[in-house]
Amino acid sequence: MTTATLNFLTVFVLAAFVGIEVISKVPTILHTPLMSGSNAIHGIILVGAITVTASTTGLLGETLGLVAVILATINVVGGFVVTDRMLEMFKTRRQTEVKK
Amino acid sequence: SNTLALIYLISASLFILGLKGLSSPKSARRGNFIAAFGMILAIAASLTKIHPNGNQITLIVIGVIIGSVIGGFSARKVKMTAMPQMVAAFNGVGGGAAATVAVIEYLRLSVANRSVVITALSSILSVAIGGISFSGSIIAFAKLQEILTGVPITYKGERFINAAVFLAIVVIGIYLIAFGTGLAILGVLLLLAIILGVAFVLPIGGADMPVVISLLNAFTGLAVAASGFVLGNTVLIVGGTLVGASGTLLTKMMSDSMGRSIRNVLFASVGKVIDQPSG
Repeated sequence: MTTATLNFLTVFVLAAFVGIEVISKVPTILHTPLMSGSNAIHGIILVGAITVTASTTGLLGETLGLVAVILATINVVGGFVVTDRMLEMFKTRRQTEVKK
Repeated sequence: SNTLALIYLISASLFILGLKGLSSPKSARRGNFIAAFGMILAIAASLTKIHPNGNQITLIVIGVIIGSVIGGFSARKVKMTAMPQMVAAFNGVGGGAAATVAVIEYLRLSVANRSVVITALSSILSVAIGGISFSGSIIAFAKLQEILTGVPITYKGERFINAAVFLAIVVIGIYLIAFGTGLAILGVLLLLAIILGVAFVLPIGGADMPVVISLLNAFTGLAVAASGFVLGNTVLIVGGTLVGASGTLLTKMMSDSMGRSIRNVLFASVGKVIDQPSG
């Protein structure tokens, strides 16, 4: 195994532990917004889509590149916006409860 | 370059802080903003630091504009009650993107490079898991949107067919790792993964869809991490793995809060001919 691969593997394993640890105390009410927020985070594949499209040549590669960029951008923009709307709804709901 | 790697490190840290924020009621909205900021940073950095020719930069910019319009518009317009299926849809396109990125890179690699085990393995995982997540999410969307019935769709021999498709994917995967040839065979793998995604979600009831979407969300995270291995990109590995790991735990928590096991949610009605809608 090369040093680079070993480094990537290290990053992968440590990120897995962090991912589990960091959300371990989430209350039930936040399950859906957390799912939606983390859904937006895997939109980071847009960086990968940009990288491969920038170095691809030929009609097939460029077409697939355009498709990948569009899909990944929908994931990022839609993901963060819909999460914000969910959390906004929580806030207004809590405020109306206080007013009552 | 080093600058790019440093910016990716900042983005990865912001993702962790964002997830941390999202798991507490007081800081949830701020957490979402922090993660979004990390995302913008990583995207802006990769746009300015890569040097594609004019044609490719045009493609990328057009793609980002089209994606922003579609994503932004549908997220703004969706009714509050329809949000879970919207999350499924956004998750599906993410899985599709991860699979496509791996296909493009595979297309570009020489046969010698494709045969490097770690590259071959991560390409195959990205294409297979991304494909499953893509089609599975579409079915989850269709069930929640009531395009498909919310009742589990089952038939005799379902277990056998699902297992056969899964096995075929494993065999083709091993073949690709061993020989590193054949873009067409990678295409077949993607097609089988798409079929498996459909077959996997069909026998699950509409009420269980949130758990399924959470699992598919974790799948997409893993597919993105696998793409990160193919491209040698740490921010993809960190971002994808964070979602893969936290998403798996979240899936367990969600089924726990329904008083059931993940296994029960996913496989209870596979292949059973049911008289009454369950779950």
